[in-house]
Order: sequence, then C-alpha cells, then structure tokens
Amino acid sequence: MIHKIHHSSARFTFANGILSVLIIVLSAFLIWALKSLPAVSPNLRQQVLGKIEFSGVTNPVTAVLLNFRAYDTLLEIGILLLVVVGAWSFSKAPSNHPKQKFNPVLSAMVRILVPLMILIAGYTLWVGGHAPGGAFQAGAILGAAGVFWFVADSSTGNPKASWVFKLLLVAGFSVFLCIAFLVMSAENNFIQYPSDWAGSLILCIEAAAALSIGATLAALFLGGRPRN
Amino acid sequence: MNTVTLYCIVGIFLFALALYALIAYDHLLRKILALNIMGSGIFLMLVAVAHRPPNNPSDPVPHAMVLTGIVVAVSATALALTLACRIHELDENTQHTHGKTE
Repeated sequence: MIHKIHHSSARFTFANGILSVLIIVLSAFLIWALKSLPAVSPNLRQQVLGKIEFSGVTNPVTAVLLNFRAYDTLLEIGILLLVVVGAWSFSKAPSNHPKQKFNPVLSAMVRILVPLMILIAGYTLWVGGHAPGGAFQAGAILGAAGVFWFVADSSTGNPKASWVFKLLLVAGFSVFLCIAFLVMSAENNFIQYPSDWAGSLILCIEAAAALSIGATLAALFLGGRPRN
Repeated sequence: MNTVTLYCIVGIFLFALALYALIAYDHLLRKILALNIMGSGIFLMLVAVAHRPPNNPSDPVPHAMVLTGIVVAVSATALALTLACRIHELDENTQHTHGKTE
C-alpha cells in the first residue's frame, strides 16, 4: 500500500493542468463570494441570548447544541453509533504483534494519566453549562484516554467487546432518545424540555453522550471488531 | 485585510488544495486525507465567518455546528480507513488467487 503513494505522485498531465485551472477559477469565485458578504454577519446571537434563560444553561454554544438545535445533535450521536456498527461489520481488529513486550514505563504512565484524563473530562463536561466545554470536548478527552490505554495495554492482550463496552457505545444515543420521547409525556413537543428541568436533563444527556463519544473514538482506534 | 478575511482565504486555499488532491491522486489514503483537509478548510471558514466584524461577540450557531462536525469528521475518517483497509485486503486476496502481479 505504501509503495503506491510514491508511484502516484509527481505526475503533471494535461488533465491535471485543466483541473488546476478549474480549481483556481473556483477559488477566485469563492473569494469573490466572501467579499460580497455583508460586513456584519446576520448574527443569531441575539436570538439565542433572548431565549437562553429557558434553555437551562448559560453557555450559548451548549444551549444551541443541546436545546435549540438538539435534533441535529441527536442525529450526530446516531451517526457515531452507525460508524462503529459499520466499522465492526467490515473487519476484525488486527491482532497485536506477538513480539510486543510488557513496557513498565508505559504501564505506570497509564495508571497516572488515565484517571487524570477522566477527571479533566468530568470537569470539561460540567463547565460546559456556563463556559466553553461540554459533551463533545469531554468525549474527545475520554477517547484519547481510551486510545492511550489500548496502546499501553496491548502487551497483555487484545481488548474485548464486553457488554460494558457495548453499553457505553449505545448509552449516549439511547439516553438522548429516551429523554426526547419522555418530555412528550409532559405535553411538550419532541425534545422540548420543560424549562425548570432543562438544566438537569441536559446534564444527563451530556454525561451519557460524552461516555459514548469517548467509547466510540476509542473503539474506532482498534480498526475493527475486537477479537473475543 | 482583517483577521477574519485572512482566516477565510486560508480556509478557501486549503479547500482548493485538497479538492485538487482528491481528484488528481488515485490512492485511497490520499483521498481520505484530502477529504479531511477539505473539511478543516470549511471548519476554519465557518468559525471565522461567525465572527464578523472581529470586535463583535461571535455567533454561537456555526460554532456549535463546527464542534459536532469535527467529531463526526473524525469518525467518518475512521470508517473510511476501515473500508480502505478492507479493499486492500480483498485486492491482495484476488491477486493471490489469480496469480496476478502489479
């Protein structure tokens, strides 16, 4: 696979010349379109800030993500679940190199860093209510912790697709979907939280979503279905 | 030229560069990387455009979209890489059974 990269580079044919001219024209058009934008953006900030007291959080980005446009976020968490299902159905994870030896330094580092990363992820999740932070950032940190753990732990064997791992993968989407339907029993629309409960419901959804995003990113690092 | 315009032009440049690579190179890994860089250009532009004029507070809606977009882009890349590995594996198998060489 690697040797093909060298073969495919440094070829400048007539077709590529035409392609580059076309792309330069497209870029010029895009820059012209950028110049013709109004100097002041039709900012939705005022509309967001006008309703933020009903959203349950004070950070406008979190209010947009988990309340005003929560339907988008629900579908995006659904995509993450679909991606894992897809990746697991295409192939099995490659088995670890048998020559890899137990590395005491890496193992000790994992024991210090992974709990710290979980702590930072928890803080990032909590702070998302009133400052930059939230489920996606916390999920990215958890994912990094998972990757680090897999790398360091690879000498002791391949990770298993245990039911806990599978539960973590589906937690975000299922909790979000359950809450989205449950609020309908309080005579609201789909994902329209009652405003006194909004803060705690958003925190619940975000906690489950962060766990799922972290588990998804770590699962994707394995490159396929874990071998049991 | 203010910083917003500069960021937007850099975003367009990255998009154009990656679009060329996406079409001109036939290697799957290069195509996946090109798609990623295209996405990064678009994210850069969206974040910058939400901040016009620069002394105004920024628009939270595009920022929220970019935030989810990054995570979705990472997972889509992972799925694309899994597919590319699978294609490579199947190619090798057919080459072995038919005795073909490149």
